[in-house]
Amino acid sequence: MSDFENLYREIILDHYRSPRNRGELPEPAKKVEGFNPLCGDEVVVFLEVTDGVLSNIKISGHGCSISQSSASLMSAAVKGKPIDQVREKIATFKQLMMGHEKKLTNEDEQPKIDVRALGELAALQGVVKFPVRIKCATLSWNTLSQGLDELSL
Amino acid sequence: MASGDDVTSFDARLVRQDIPLLHRIVNGHPITYLDSGATSLTPRPVIEAMSRYYEQHHANVHRAVYVTAEEATATYEGARLAVGGLFNAQNASEEVVFTKNATESFNLLAKSWGRANLKSGDAVVLTQMEHHANIVPWFQLRDEIDIDVRFIRVDDEYRLDLSNLDALLKGAKLLSVTGMSNVLGTINPLRALADAAHNNGALIAVDAAQSIAHGPFDVQALDVDFIAFSAHKMLGPTGIGIFWTREEILQSMPPFLGGGGMIADVRMDGYTPANGPTRFEAGTPPIAEAAGLNAAVLYLQSLGMDNIAKHEADLTADALARLGDEFGDVIRVIGPGTTLNRGGVISLDVQGVHPHDVAQVLDQFGVCVRPGHHCAKPLMKRFDLAATVRASFGPYSLDEDTSVLLEALAHSVKVFA
Repeated sequence: MSDFENLYREIILDHYRSPRNRGELPEPAKKVEGFNPLCGDEVVVFLEVTDGVLSNIKISGHGCSISQSSASLMSAAVKGKPIDQVREKIATFKQLMMGHEKKLTNEDEQPKIDVRALGELAALQGVVKFPVRIKCATLSWNTLSQGLDELSL
Repeated sequence: MASGDDVTSFDARLVRQDIPLLHRIVNGHPITYLDSGATSLTPRPVIEAMSRYYEQHHANVHRAVYVTAEEATATYEGARLAVGGLFNAQNASEEVVFTKNATESFNLLAKSWGRANLKSGDAVVLTQMEHHANIVPWFQLRDEIDIDVRFIRVDDEYRLDLSNLDALLKGAKLLSVTGMSNVLGTINPLRALADAAHNNGALIAVDAAQSIAHGPFDVQALDVDFIAFSAHKMLGPTGIGIFWTREEILQSMPPFLGGGGMIADVRMDGYTPANGPTRFEAGTPPIAEAAGLNAAVLYLQSLGMDNIAKHEADLTADALARLGDEFGDVIRVIGPGTTLNRGGVISLDVQGVHPHDVAQVLDQFGVCVRPGHHCAKPLMKRFDLAATVRASFGPYSLDEDTSVLLEALAHSVKVFA
Protein backbone atom coordinates (compact mmCIF):
# COMPACT_ATOMS: atom_id res chain seq x y z
CA MET A 1 0.00 0.00 0.00
CA SER A 2 1.40 3.42 -0.94
CA ASP A 3 1.68 6.18 1.66
CA PHE A 4 -1.19 7.88 -0.10
CA GLU A 5 -3.50 4.86 0.00
CA ASN A 6 -2.50 4.33 3.60
CA LEU A 7 -3.53 7.93 4.36
CA TYR A 8 -6.91 7.71 2.71
CA ARG A 9 -7.96 4.21 3.81
CA GLU A 10 -11.52 3.18 3.07
CA ILE A 11 -12.43 3.40 6.74
CA ILE A 12 -11.32 7.04 6.83
CA LEU A 13 -13.29 7.93 3.71
CA ASP A 14 -16.28 6.09 5.18
CA HIS A 15 -16.16 8.19 8.36
CA TYR A 16 -15.70 11.33 6.24
CA ARG A 17 -18.72 10.56 4.05
CA SER A 18 -20.91 9.30 6.91
CA PRO A 19 -19.65 10.93 10.09
CA ARG A 20 -20.76 9.26 13.35
CA ASN A 21 -22.25 11.28 16.22
CA ARG A 22 -22.60 14.35 14.05
CA GLY A 23 -24.64 17.21 15.52
CA GLU A 24 -25.02 19.24 18.68
CA LEU A 25 -26.19 18.69 22.25
CA PRO A 26 -28.35 21.19 24.14
CA GLU A 27 -27.20 22.76 27.37
CA PRO A 28 -26.13 21.85 29.99
CA ALA A 29 -23.84 19.72 27.82
CA LYS A 30 -20.26 21.01 27.65
CA LYS A 31 -19.37 22.79 24.37
CA VAL A 32 -15.72 23.19 23.27
CA GLU A 33 -14.37 24.70 20.05
CA GLY A 34 -11.06 23.97 18.34
CA PHE A 35 -9.45 25.78 15.39
CA ASN A 36 -6.64 25.04 12.99
CA PRO A 37 -5.58 28.56 11.93
CA LEU A 38 -3.42 27.17 9.12
CA CYS A 39 -6.27 25.79 7.04
CA GLY A 40 -9.35 27.27 8.69
CA ASP A 41 -10.64 23.93 9.99
CA GLU A 42 -13.03 24.17 12.89
CA VAL A 43 -14.37 21.47 15.21
CA VAL A 44 -17.01 21.82 17.94
CA VAL A 45 -17.28 19.02 20.51
CA PHE A 46 -20.33 18.61 22.78
CA LEU A 47 -19.92 16.44 25.89
CA GLU A 48 -22.29 14.93 28.41
CA VAL A 49 -20.77 13.26 31.46
CA THR A 50 -22.90 11.12 33.78
CA ASP A 51 -21.47 9.33 36.85
CA GLY A 52 -17.90 9.46 35.56
CA VAL A 53 -18.89 8.16 32.13
CA LEU A 54 -18.82 10.09 28.84
CA SER A 55 -22.46 9.28 28.23
CA ASN A 56 -22.88 11.29 25.04
CA ILE A 57 -20.71 13.14 22.50
CA LYS A 58 -21.61 15.10 19.37
CA ILE A 59 -19.34 16.78 16.84
CA SER A 60 -19.99 19.69 14.51
CA GLY A 61 -17.77 22.04 12.46
CA HIS A 62 -16.07 21.73 9.10
CA GLY A 63 -12.74 20.63 7.71
CA CYS A 64 -10.78 18.20 5.56
CA SER A 65 -11.35 14.46 5.41
CA ILE A 66 -8.58 13.78 7.91
CA SER A 67 -9.89 16.17 10.58
CA GLN A 68 -13.52 15.14 10.04
CA SER A 69 -12.90 11.39 9.99
CA SER A 70 -10.59 11.62 12.99
CA ALA A 71 -13.36 13.43 14.91
CA SER A 72 -15.90 10.80 13.86
CA LEU A 73 -13.62 7.89 14.78
CA MET A 74 -12.85 9.57 18.09
CA SER A 75 -16.52 10.00 18.95
CA ALA A 76 -17.21 6.33 18.26
CA ALA A 77 -14.18 5.28 20.32
CA VAL A 78 -14.93 7.30 23.45
CA LYS A 79 -18.74 7.36 23.64
CA GLY A 80 -20.04 5.48 26.69
CA LYS A 81 -16.54 5.00 28.14
CA PRO A 82 -15.47 5.93 31.68
CA ILE A 83 -13.46 9.18 31.75
CA ASP A 84 -10.18 7.47 32.71
CA GLN A 85 -10.47 5.24 29.63
CA VAL A 86 -11.24 8.31 27.50
CA ARG A 87 -8.08 9.96 28.84
CA GLU A 88 -6.14 6.81 28.04
CA LYS A 89 -7.44 6.77 24.45
CA ILE A 90 -6.46 10.42 24.00
CA ALA A 91 -2.94 9.71 25.28
CA THR A 92 -2.55 6.62 23.08
CA PHE A 93 -3.80 8.42 20.00
CA LYS A 94 -1.47 11.36 20.52
CA GLN A 95 1.42 8.91 20.92
CA LEU A 96 0.45 7.36 17.60
CA MET A 97 0.60 10.80 15.98
CA MET A 98 3.97 11.55 17.57
CA GLY A 99 5.52 8.46 16.02
CA HIS A 100 6.99 10.49 13.21
CA GLU A 101 8.96 12.93 15.35
CA LYS A 102 10.25 10.22 17.64
CA LYS A 103 11.56 8.24 14.70
CA LEU A 104 13.67 11.23 13.69
CA THR A 105 15.39 11.40 17.06
CA ASN A 106 15.94 7.89 18.35
CA GLU A 107 14.45 4.53 17.44
CA ASP A 108 14.68 3.43 21.08
CA GLU A 109 12.42 6.24 22.21
CA GLN A 110 9.68 5.04 19.90
CA PRO A 111 6.64 4.81 22.18
CA LYS A 112 5.16 1.35 22.55
CA ILE A 113 1.66 1.60 21.18
CA ASP A 114 -0.80 -1.24 21.40
CA VAL A 115 -2.28 -0.76 17.93
CA ARG A 116 -4.92 -3.42 18.59
CA ALA A 117 -6.24 -1.43 21.52
CA LEU A 118 -6.84 1.45 19.12
CA GLY A 119 -9.23 -0.57 16.99
CA GLU A 120 -10.48 1.43 14.01
CA LEU A 121 -8.42 4.42 15.15
CA ALA A 122 -5.31 2.63 13.91
CA ALA A 123 -6.50 3.53 10.40
CA LEU A 124 -5.24 7.04 11.09
CA GLN A 125 -1.62 5.97 11.57
CA GLY A 126 -0.95 6.67 7.86
CA VAL A 127 -1.20 10.38 8.72
CA VAL A 128 2.22 10.41 10.39
CA LYS A 129 3.85 10.08 6.96
CA PHE A 130 2.33 13.48 6.08
CA PRO A 131 3.58 15.81 8.85
CA VAL A 132 1.48 18.82 7.79
CA ARG A 133 -1.69 16.75 8.18
CA ILE A 134 -0.99 15.62 11.78
CA LYS A 135 -2.58 18.81 13.07
CA CYS A 136 -5.73 17.92 11.12
CA ALA A 137 -5.91 14.52 12.80
CA THR A 138 -5.24 15.77 16.34
CA LEU A 139 -7.59 18.79 16.25
CA SER A 140 -10.68 17.03 17.63
CA TRP A 141 -8.64 15.09 20.21
CA ASN A 142 -7.04 18.24 21.57
CA THR A 143 -10.46 19.85 21.68
CA LEU A 144 -11.94 16.90 23.60
CA SER A 145 -8.98 16.97 25.98
CA GLN A 146 -9.50 20.70 26.55
CA GLY A 147 -13.19 20.06 27.31
CA LEU A 148 -12.32 17.45 29.95
CA ASP A 149 -9.75 19.84 31.44
CA GLU A 150 -12.36 22.58 31.66
CA LEU A 151 -14.75 20.17 33.39
CA SER A 152 -11.87 19.28 35.77
CA LEU A 153 -12.18 15.62 34.82
CA MET B 1 19.24 32.71 -21.92
CA ALA B 2 16.06 31.41 -23.43
CA SER B 3 15.60 33.73 -26.35
CA GLY B 4 18.46 36.21 -26.54
CA ASP B 5 17.58 39.68 -27.72
CA ASP B 6 14.79 38.57 -29.98
CA VAL B 7 11.70 39.30 -27.93
CA THR B 8 9.39 37.89 -30.58
CA SER B 9 10.72 34.35 -30.21
CA PHE B 10 9.25 33.61 -26.79
CA ASP B 11 8.97 29.90 -26.23
CA ALA B 12 7.93 28.52 -22.84
CA ARG B 13 9.59 25.19 -23.69
CA LEU B 14 12.96 26.92 -23.94
CA VAL B 15 12.31 28.69 -20.64
CA ARG B 16 11.69 25.27 -19.06
CA GLN B 17 15.13 24.10 -20.15
CA ASP B 18 16.59 26.89 -18.00
CA ILE B 19 14.73 25.82 -14.84
CA PRO B 20 16.49 22.93 -13.05
CA LEU B 21 13.60 22.29 -10.67
CA LEU B 22 11.22 21.50 -13.53
CA HIS B 23 13.32 18.41 -14.24
CA ARG B 24 12.60 16.81 -10.89
CA ILE B 25 10.49 13.68 -10.51
CA VAL B 26 7.97 13.90 -7.65
CA ASN B 27 5.95 10.90 -6.47
CA GLY B 28 6.89 9.12 -9.68
CA HIS B 29 5.77 11.95 -11.96
CA PRO B 30 7.61 14.85 -13.60
CA ILE B 31 6.83 17.88 -11.44
CA THR B 32 3.86 20.00 -12.59
CA TYR B 33 4.48 23.35 -10.98
CA LEU B 34 1.34 25.48 -10.67
CA ASP B 35 2.22 27.59 -7.64
CA SER B 36 3.97 30.59 -9.20
CA GLY B 37 1.59 32.86 -7.26
CA ALA B 38 3.32 31.68 -4.08
CA THR B 39 6.84 31.71 -5.50
CA SER B 40 8.28 31.43 -9.00
CA LEU B 41 10.87 28.89 -10.06
CA THR B 42 14.45 30.02 -10.53
CA PRO B 43 16.15 29.94 -13.94
CA ARG B 44 19.81 28.95 -14.16
CA PRO B 45 21.11 32.46 -15.05
CA VAL B 46 19.73 33.70 -11.70
CA ILE B 47 21.33 30.83 -9.77
CA GLU B 48 24.60 31.35 -11.64
CA ALA B 49 24.63 35.09 -10.95
CA MET B 50 24.44 34.37 -7.23
CA SER B 51 27.08 31.63 -7.39
CA ARG B 52 29.34 33.92 -9.42
CA TYR B 53 28.92 36.64 -6.85
CA TYR B 54 29.96 34.34 -3.99
CA GLU B 55 32.79 32.78 -5.98
CA GLN B 56 34.28 35.96 -7.45
CA HIS B 57 33.04 39.18 -5.88
CA HIS B 58 31.81 38.59 -2.33
CA ALA B 59 32.58 41.47 0.02
CA ASN B 60 30.54 43.88 2.08
CA VAL B 61 29.09 46.88 0.27
CA HIS B 62 29.60 50.62 0.77
CA ARG B 63 32.58 50.04 3.09
CA ALA B 64 36.02 49.11 1.83
CA VAL B 65 38.17 50.20 -1.13
CA TYR B 66 39.62 46.87 -2.28
CA VAL B 67 38.70 45.44 -5.67
CA THR B 68 36.08 42.89 -4.62
CA ALA B 69 34.42 45.41 -2.30
CA GLU B 70 34.08 47.81 -5.20
CA GLU B 71 32.68 44.99 -7.31
CA ALA B 72 30.17 43.99 -4.63
CA THR B 73 28.99 47.59 -4.33
CA ALA B 74 28.67 47.86 -8.11
CA THR B 75 26.68 44.60 -8.16
CA TYR B 76 24.31 45.82 -5.46
CA GLU B 77 23.80 49.32 -6.90
CA GLY B 78 23.55 47.89 -10.42
CA ALA B 79 20.59 45.78 -9.33
CA ARG B 80 18.84 48.94 -8.11
CA LEU B 81 19.13 50.47 -11.57
CA ALA B 82 18.11 47.26 -13.36
CA VAL B 83 14.99 46.64 -11.32
CA GLY B 84 14.00 50.31 -11.53
CA GLY B 85 14.15 49.95 -15.31
CA LEU B 86 11.63 47.11 -15.16
CA PHE B 87 8.85 49.44 -13.97
CA ASN B 88 10.20 52.71 -15.42
CA ALA B 89 11.45 54.47 -12.30
CA GLN B 90 12.64 57.96 -13.23
CA ASN B 91 15.69 57.96 -10.97
CA ALA B 92 16.14 54.44 -9.65
CA SER B 93 19.32 55.10 -7.66
CA GLU B 94 17.40 57.59 -5.50
CA GLU B 95 14.00 55.84 -5.50
CA VAL B 96 14.41 52.07 -5.19
CA VAL B 97 14.79 50.65 -1.68
CA PHE B 98 15.76 47.03 -1.08
CA THR B 99 13.82 45.31 1.68
CA LYS B 100 13.40 41.67 2.70
CA ASN B 101 10.18 41.11 0.74
CA ALA B 102 6.92 42.86 -0.28
CA THR B 103 5.61 42.46 3.26
CA GLU B 104 8.54 44.42 4.67
CA SER B 105 7.99 47.03 1.96
CA PHE B 106 4.43 47.56 3.21
CA ASN B 107 5.67 47.77 6.77
CA LEU B 108 8.16 50.42 5.63
CA LEU B 109 5.33 52.32 3.96
CA ALA B 110 3.03 52.18 7.00
CA LYS B 111 5.66 52.69 9.67
CA SER B 112 7.78 55.36 7.98
CA TRP B 113 5.52 57.29 5.57
CA GLY B 114 2.36 56.43 7.53
CA ARG B 115 3.61 57.50 10.95
CA ALA B 116 5.01 60.75 9.52
CA ASN B 117 2.01 61.70 7.39
CA LEU B 118 -1.10 60.30 9.07
CA LYS B 119 -2.78 61.56 12.19
CA SER B 120 -5.76 60.41 14.21
CA GLY B 121 -8.89 60.35 12.05
CA ASP B 122 -7.08 60.21 8.68
CA ALA B 123 -8.28 57.43 6.42
CA VAL B 124 -6.38 54.73 4.52
CA VAL B 125 -8.48 52.97 1.89
CA LEU B 126 -7.78 49.29 1.12
CA THR B 127 -9.80 46.66 -0.75
CA GLN B 128 -11.42 43.41 0.34
CA MET B 129 -9.06 41.51 -1.97
CA GLU B 130 -5.81 42.58 -0.28
CA HIS B 131 -3.16 40.17 0.94
CA HIS B 132 -2.63 40.32 4.72
CA ALA B 133 0.66 42.15 3.98
CA ASN B 134 -1.38 45.16 2.87
CA ILE B 135 -3.88 44.94 5.75
CA VAL B 136 -2.10 44.08 8.99
CA PRO B 137 0.47 46.95 8.93
CA TRP B 138 -2.46 49.39 8.62
CA PHE B 139 -4.29 47.79 11.53
CA GLN B 140 -1.07 48.05 13.54
CA LEU B 141 -0.86 51.75 12.66
CA ARG B 142 -4.52 52.16 13.61
CA ASP B 143 -3.72 50.71 17.05
CA GLU B 144 -0.96 53.31 17.33
CA ILE B 145 -2.51 56.50 15.96
CA ASP B 146 -6.20 55.72 15.49
CA ILE B 147 -6.42 56.05 11.71
CA ASP B 148 -9.57 55.03 9.87
CA VAL B 149 -9.07 51.87 7.72
CA ARG B 150 -11.70 51.51 5.00
CA PHE B 151 -12.30 48.77 2.45
CA ILE B 152 -13.49 48.90 -1.16
CA ARG B 153 -15.99 46.05 -1.56
CA VAL B 154 -15.49 43.21 -4.05
CA ASP B 155 -18.65 42.59 -6.11
CA ASP B 156 -20.21 39.27 -7.15
CA GLU B 157 -18.24 39.37 -10.43
CA TYR B 158 -15.00 39.39 -8.37
CA ARG B 159 -14.26 43.01 -9.33
CA LEU B 160 -13.84 46.08 -7.13
CA ASP B 161 -17.14 47.85 -6.52
CA LEU B 162 -16.14 51.42 -7.39
CA SER B 163 -19.67 52.88 -7.17
CA ASN B 164 -18.90 54.74 -3.93
CA LEU B 165 -15.16 55.27 -4.49
CA ASP B 166 -15.24 59.06 -4.07
CA ALA B 167 -17.14 58.74 -0.79
CA LEU B 168 -14.59 56.21 0.48
CA LEU B 169 -11.70 58.47 -0.59
CA LYS B 170 -13.13 61.52 1.17
CA GLY B 171 -10.65 62.48 3.88
CA ALA B 172 -8.30 59.67 2.83
CA LYS B 173 -4.53 60.21 2.64
CA LEU B 174 -3.74 56.93 0.92
CA LEU B 175 -5.34 54.32 -1.31
CA SER B 176 -3.39 51.07 -1.03
CA VAL B 177 -4.48 48.42 -3.51
CA THR B 178 -3.22 45.26 -5.18
CA GLY B 179 -2.43 45.32 -8.89
CA MET B 180 -3.72 41.77 -9.17
CA SER B 181 -5.51 39.62 -6.61
CA ASN B 182 -3.42 36.63 -5.50
CA VAL B 183 -6.65 34.65 -5.08
CA LEU B 184 -9.06 35.80 -7.80
CA GLY B 185 -6.63 36.78 -10.55
CA THR B 186 -8.58 40.03 -10.91
CA ILE B 187 -6.44 42.84 -12.39
CA ASN B 188 -7.48 46.19 -10.97
CA PRO B 189 -7.83 49.42 -13.01
CA LEU B 190 -4.77 51.10 -11.49
CA ARG B 191 -4.72 54.25 -13.65
CA ALA B 192 -8.38 55.02 -12.88
CA LEU B 193 -7.77 54.33 -9.19
CA ALA B 194 -4.69 56.58 -9.22
CA ASP B 195 -6.67 59.41 -10.82
CA ALA B 196 -9.49 59.02 -8.27
CA ALA B 197 -7.02 59.00 -5.38
CA HIS B 198 -5.18 62.08 -6.64
CA ASN B 199 -8.43 63.95 -7.35
CA ASN B 200 -9.32 63.39 -3.70
CA GLY B 201 -5.94 64.54 -2.44
CA ALA B 202 -4.71 61.03 -1.60
CA LEU B 203 -1.62 59.10 -2.74
CA ILE B 204 -1.80 55.59 -4.15
CA ALA B 205 0.30 52.56 -3.21
CA VAL B 206 0.24 49.36 -5.28
CA ASP B 207 0.97 45.80 -4.22
CA ALA B 208 2.75 44.71 -7.40
CA ALA B 209 3.74 41.24 -6.10
CA GLN B 210 1.42 39.43 -8.51
CA SER B 211 1.82 41.96 -11.36
CA ILE B 212 5.48 42.67 -11.84
CA ALA B 213 6.53 39.39 -13.51
CA HIS B 214 3.39 38.84 -15.54
CA GLY B 215 3.29 41.79 -17.92
CA PRO B 216 4.46 45.35 -18.54
CA PHE B 217 4.29 47.62 -15.49
CA ASP B 218 5.02 51.35 -15.78
CA VAL B 219 4.74 53.55 -12.70
CA GLN B 220 4.80 56.72 -14.84
CA ALA B 221 1.97 55.62 -17.13
CA LEU B 222 -0.06 54.34 -14.17
CA ASP B 223 0.75 57.51 -12.19
CA VAL B 224 1.15 55.59 -8.91
CA ASP B 225 3.15 56.84 -5.92
CA PHE B 226 4.41 53.69 -4.16
CA ILE B 227 4.92 50.10 -5.22
CA ALA B 228 5.99 46.97 -3.34
CA PHE B 229 6.98 43.51 -4.57
CA SER B 230 9.25 40.54 -3.89
CA ALA B 231 12.05 39.23 -6.12
CA HIS B 232 11.14 35.58 -5.54
CA LYS B 233 7.83 35.99 -7.34
CA MET B 234 9.64 37.29 -10.46
CA LEU B 235 12.11 34.43 -11.03
CA GLY B 236 14.55 35.97 -8.55
CA PRO B 237 15.77 34.73 -5.17
CA THR B 238 14.03 34.86 -1.79
CA GLY B 239 15.24 37.38 0.79
CA ILE B 240 15.04 40.57 -1.24
CA GLY B 241 12.05 42.81 -1.83
CA ILE B 242 11.50 46.16 -3.48
CA PHE B 243 9.94 49.38 -2.25
CA TRP B 244 9.69 52.25 -4.69
CA THR B 245 8.40 55.79 -4.40
CA ARG B 246 9.09 59.09 -6.14
CA GLU B 247 12.33 60.80 -5.07
CA GLU B 248 10.67 63.77 -3.35
CA ILE B 249 8.44 61.47 -1.25
CA LEU B 250 11.35 59.18 -0.35
CA GLN B 251 13.44 62.16 0.79
CA SER B 252 10.66 63.19 3.17
CA MET B 253 10.31 59.77 4.80
CA PRO B 254 11.91 59.20 8.22
CA PRO B 255 14.15 56.13 8.80
CA PHE B 256 12.51 52.81 9.61
CA LEU B 257 15.07 50.31 10.94
CA GLY B 258 18.17 51.74 12.62
CA GLY B 259 21.79 50.57 12.50
CA GLY B 260 24.87 50.59 10.31
CA GLY B 261 24.61 51.61 6.68
CA MET B 262 21.59 53.88 7.15
CA ILE B 263 23.44 56.79 8.75
CA ALA B 264 25.30 59.89 7.60
CA ASP B 265 26.76 60.44 11.07
CA VAL B 266 26.57 58.98 14.57
CA ARG B 267 27.73 60.92 17.61
CA MET B 268 27.55 60.49 21.38
CA ASP B 269 24.41 62.62 21.40
CA GLY B 270 22.53 61.22 18.42
CA TYR B 271 22.66 60.36 14.74
CA THR B 272 21.92 61.83 11.31
CA PRO B 273 20.32 59.47 8.80
CA ALA B 274 21.75 58.97 5.33
CA ASN B 275 20.00 60.44 2.33
CA GLY B 276 18.47 58.31 -0.39
CA PRO B 277 17.45 54.65 -0.31
CA THR B 278 20.29 53.56 2.02
CA ARG B 279 18.49 55.41 4.83
CA PHE B 280 16.09 52.45 4.83
CA GLU B 281 18.70 49.72 4.41
CA ALA B 282 20.16 49.21 7.88
CA GLY B 283 22.77 46.48 8.23
CA THR B 284 24.46 44.35 5.58
CA PRO B 285 21.92 44.08 2.76
CA PRO B 286 21.08 41.03 0.59
CA ILE B 287 23.96 41.45 -1.90
CA ALA B 288 23.95 38.01 -3.54
CA GLU B 289 20.18 38.27 -3.78
CA ALA B 290 20.54 41.64 -5.52
CA ALA B 291 22.83 39.94 -8.06
CA GLY B 292 20.16 37.28 -8.57
CA LEU B 293 17.44 39.92 -8.86
CA ASN B 294 19.43 41.74 -11.53
CA ALA B 295 19.76 38.51 -13.53
CA ALA B 296 16.01 37.85 -13.11
CA VAL B 297 15.19 41.31 -14.50
CA LEU B 298 17.41 40.71 -17.53
CA TYR B 299 15.90 37.27 -18.02
CA LEU B 300 12.31 38.56 -17.90
CA GLN B 301 13.19 41.40 -20.27
CA SER B 302 14.79 38.97 -22.71
CA LEU B 303 11.53 37.01 -22.79
CA GLY B 304 9.57 40.24 -23.29
CA MET B 305 6.94 41.33 -20.77
CA ASP B 306 4.25 41.55 -23.47
CA ASN B 307 5.08 38.00 -24.58
CA ILE B 308 4.78 36.72 -21.01
CA ALA B 309 1.43 38.47 -20.57
CA LYS B 310 0.09 36.98 -23.80
CA HIS B 311 1.39 33.50 -22.99
CA GLU B 312 -0.21 33.46 -19.54
CA ALA B 313 -3.48 34.92 -20.87
CA ASP B 314 -3.64 32.09 -23.44
CA LEU B 315 -2.97 29.48 -20.74
CA THR B 316 -5.62 31.01 -18.50
CA ALA B 317 -8.26 31.18 -21.25
CA ASP B 318 -7.58 27.54 -22.13
CA ALA B 319 -7.70 26.42 -18.47
CA LEU B 320 -10.95 28.29 -17.73
CA ALA B 321 -12.62 26.81 -20.82
CA ARG B 322 -11.50 23.25 -20.07
CA LEU B 323 -12.47 23.49 -16.40
CA GLY B 324 -15.97 24.55 -17.44
CA ASP B 325 -16.23 21.85 -20.12
CA GLU B 326 -14.97 18.97 -18.02
CA PHE B 327 -16.34 19.76 -14.58
CA GLY B 328 -19.37 22.00 -15.06
CA ASP B 329 -20.78 22.82 -11.63
CA VAL B 330 -18.62 20.30 -9.76
CA ILE B 331 -15.68 22.72 -9.74
CA ARG B 332 -16.41 26.41 -9.33
CA VAL B 333 -13.83 29.03 -10.36
CA ILE B 334 -13.56 31.72 -7.67
CA GLY B 335 -12.64 34.63 -9.93
CA PRO B 336 -13.58 36.28 -13.23
CA GLY B 337 -14.66 33.79 -15.90
CA THR B 338 -12.87 35.52 -18.79
CA THR B 339 -9.31 36.73 -19.32
CA LEU B 340 -10.31 40.39 -19.65
CA ASN B 341 -8.35 42.20 -16.91
CA ARG B 342 -7.55 38.87 -15.37
CA GLY B 343 -4.24 37.13 -14.74
CA GLY B 344 -3.09 33.53 -14.50
CA VAL B 345 -4.19 32.76 -10.95
CA ILE B 346 -7.12 30.33 -10.81
CA SER B 347 -8.81 29.59 -7.48
CA LEU B 348 -11.04 26.54 -7.35
CA ASP B 349 -13.80 25.32 -5.09
CA VAL B 350 -14.28 21.59 -5.62
CA GLN B 351 -17.77 20.58 -4.54
CA GLY B 352 -17.70 18.33 -1.49
CA VAL B 353 -13.91 18.04 -1.30
CA HIS B 354 -11.82 20.05 1.12
CA PRO B 355 -8.95 22.00 -0.53
CA HIS B 356 -6.35 20.15 1.57
CA ASP B 357 -7.66 16.82 0.35
CA VAL B 358 -7.67 18.02 -3.26
CA ALA B 359 -4.08 19.23 -2.91
CA GLN B 360 -3.02 15.93 -1.32
CA VAL B 361 -4.42 13.99 -4.29
CA LEU B 362 -2.79 16.44 -6.71
CA ASP B 363 0.56 15.87 -4.99
CA GLN B 364 0.27 12.19 -5.94
CA PHE B 365 0.35 13.36 -9.57
CA GLY B 366 3.35 15.61 -8.94
CA VAL B 367 1.08 18.66 -9.17
CA CYS B 368 2.05 21.60 -6.94
CA VAL B 369 -0.86 23.88 -6.04
CA ARG B 370 -1.68 25.92 -2.97
CA PRO B 371 -4.63 25.01 -0.74
CA GLY B 372 -5.69 27.48 1.94
CA HIS B 373 -6.81 31.03 2.53
CA HIS B 374 -3.85 32.54 0.63
CA CYS B 375 -3.26 35.19 3.34
CA ALA B 376 -6.50 36.86 2.25
CA LYS B 377 -8.95 35.93 4.99
CA PRO B 378 -11.22 38.98 4.57
CA LEU B 379 -11.70 37.97 0.92
CA MET B 380 -12.43 34.35 1.89
CA LYS B 381 -15.03 35.59 4.35
CA ARG B 382 -16.55 37.84 1.68
CA PHE B 383 -17.29 34.76 -0.43
CA ASP B 384 -18.12 32.54 2.54
CA LEU B 385 -15.19 30.18 1.91
CA ALA B 386 -12.70 28.71 4.37
CA ALA B 387 -10.17 27.98 1.66
CA THR B 388 -9.64 27.33 -2.04
CA VAL B 389 -7.25 25.33 -4.22
CA ARG B 390 -5.18 27.76 -6.27
CA ALA B 391 -3.30 27.01 -9.49
CA SER B 392 -1.12 29.80 -10.86
CA PHE B 393 0.99 30.15 -14.00
CA GLY B 394 4.44 31.46 -14.82
CA PRO B 395 6.32 32.03 -18.10
CA TYR B 396 7.45 28.37 -18.02
CA SER B 397 3.89 26.98 -17.73
CA LEU B 398 2.37 24.93 -20.56
CA ASP B 399 -1.07 23.71 -21.60
CA GLU B 400 0.22 20.25 -20.64
CA ASP B 401 0.39 21.44 -17.03
CA THR B 402 -3.32 22.20 -17.20
CA SER B 403 -3.94 18.72 -18.64
CA VAL B 404 -2.19 17.05 -15.71
CA LEU B 405 -4.05 19.34 -13.31
CA LEU B 406 -7.42 18.40 -14.81
CA GLU B 407 -6.61 14.68 -14.71
CA ALA B 408 -5.59 14.97 -11.05
CA LEU B 409 -8.67 17.03 -10.20
CA ALA B 410 -10.89 14.39 -11.79
CA HIS B 411 -9.19 11.80 -9.60
CA SER B 412 -9.72 13.86 -6.45
CA VAL B 413 -13.41 14.18 -7.24
CA LYS B 414 -13.56 10.38 -7.70
CA VAL B 415 -11.73 9.55 -4.45
CA PHE B 416 -13.99 11.70 -2.30
CA ALA B 417 -17.30 11.33 -4.17
